[in-house]
Amino acid sequence: MTDATGVRATRPRGVLSRLARRKLAVFGAVVIVLIVGAALFAPLIAPFAPDDQMFDGLTLQGAPMPPDAKFLMGTDLLGRDLFSRILYGARTSLVIGVVANGLALLIGTLVGLTAGYFGGWLGAALMRFTDLMMAFPALLLAICLAAIFQPSLWIVALVIALVNWVQTARVIYTETTAIAARDFIAAERTLGAGTGRILFRHILPHLMPTIIVWGTLGISTTVLLEATLSFLGVGVQPPTPSWGNIIFENQTYFQSAPWLVFIPGVAIILLALAFNLVGDALRDELDPTQRGRT
Amino acid sequence: MLGYLTRRLVQSALILLGVSFITFILLYVLPADPVRQIAGRAATPETVENIRRQLGLDQPFFVQYGRYLWGLVQGDMGRSYLQKTEVTELILSRLPATLLLMLAAITAELLIGLAMGIIAAVWRGRWPDQLLMMASFITVSAPQFVVSLLLLYVFAVQLRWFPIGGYGTFAHLVLPALTLGILGSGWYARMMRSSMIDVLRTDYIRTARAKGLGRARVVLRHALPNAILPVIAMIGIDIGIFMGGIVVVESVFGWPGIGQLAWQAIQRVDIPIIMGVTLVSACAIVLGNLLADLVAPFVDPRIKLR
Repeated sequence: MTDATGVRATRPRGVLSRLARRKLAVFGAVVIVLIVGAALFAPLIAPFAPDDQMFDGLTLQGAPMPPDAKFLMGTDLLGRDLFSRILYGARTSLVIGVVANGLALLIGTLVGLTAGYFGGWLGAALMRFTDLMMAFPALLLAICLAAIFQPSLWIVALVIALVNWVQTARVIYTETTAIAARDFIAAERTLGAGTGRILFRHILPHLMPTIIVWGTLGISTTVLLEATLSFLGVGVQPPTPSWGNIIFENQTYFQSAPWLVFIPGVAIILLALAFNLVGDALRDELDPTQRGRT
Repeated sequence: MLGYLTRRLVQSALILLGVSFITFILLYVLPADPVRQIAGRAATPETVENIRRQLGLDQPFFVQYGRYLWGLVQGDMGRSYLQKTEVTELILSRLPATLLLMLAAITAELLIGLAMGIIAAVWRGRWPDQLLMMASFITVSAPQFVVSLLLLYVFAVQLRWFPIGGYGTFAHLVLPALTLGILGSGWYARMMRSSMIDVLRTDYIRTARAKGLGRARVVLRHALPNAILPVIAMIGIDIGIFMGGIVVVESVFGWPGIGQLAWQAIQRVDIPIIMGVTLVSACAIVLGNLLADLVAPFVDPRIKLR
């Protein structure tokens, strides 16, 4: 592109337009949009109520119905339409993905920022605690926590957040120490800027790329953890549909009715994959040190 | 070196102490009452009170924790509430199965992952690379239980090549190891690919090619030994990842390791077992990370242990 003076514009094009040229990222974004759409419009799209145990939803022998024209994805062991449950299950996954991951990101950023900027005994204490959390078997911890509290949607989100903030804290800590040591921060301090102003107006904006990348990749981790907890029966409780607990409820039938396990399974993989693809592309675009390495 | 090792070992011990403390707090506040579970529904209040006293559960928190630590340094993790067996004994009897699975899983991860990484690096930017990198993305996006059930359905239910679950023969080991192998392979594939690409760019590789050596020989005999080192050095980290995730695979395949033990204990609120398995897993994670750090300077002499 040339401007009026005939000089080639050197400003890099926006991150979004560069992302748009990456096929995998575009695929991921499309999947995310589709799943978010399915979740938002679930009441309009779903042919049946998700918890309607239909009389004609089971065969005469009482077995689930395979996919056909009426029940697009078949029915589950209680005669409920699987397609409708999958649509509503998308809500669960996304709510947990956004809430739990948002919370984990918030905790991780605050811990990393505080430890990285203030250093000293506070920073040391926070980072030793982070090391300690790294040594915890994460899934075991999550299962224990989920079993301790009576599991509900919000408790599951909280448990996941408590387990998942560690990675973010480490990354933010490293970046904050590097930024805090730079001259412009010292200059701000000399000019009389307060701690809060330096932290949130001058350091935090520099951390945004990292936060965006980890936020996106983290949703994938969160979705997988929620599905696993729900599959074990300590996550989101039926009858609230979640892709994990649909498999949990129906796994006894999985030899004769494999669609009950594999349709939600594919849904989980697609959602996690989509966020991983977008997150990875964002990392390539936003973090210059990563560019060209992979 | 010795100083570094001592310091790291002390650090590791402190981390494990912290893990034990936090786990103890969590289980201490557990709303589900283990005594009720042991005594059964019909128990009189006196019986319940007696059991509570016997187990030391009527004591203040720090007394209980102190007792636990005192036992721990003597290698005693307490007794299972329900099975009346020593937890140390239970874990030791389950550990071989988990270690066997770990060995098989890491072997499978390496075989699949390294092959993927090498192929992707050699055909960098072309379709095999794109295909394999897509595959590696899928492996890090798939939950263990879905892959377990998929492999079970295809290879155990449909093809009947392997048993549905259990323990004892090599055939029982294949599917759980393959599940973990597939899931862990993407991680190794990405590391192998980028390490291999770095090595293939170096001068000595160009020289080898210029001498007229075949491509396969250059990649496998000249580049691989150097490219594989940084990847192998990560096995320590992988041990930690493995330990973090065995609960699901062991439960789905009925593999009698410590993951299954933990899962059964969680369902029955058998706190000493949950404590024990958490600590053993944390030990494995800490030691795995230590191993990775200790190996690093041998792989890359620029890294100094400090």
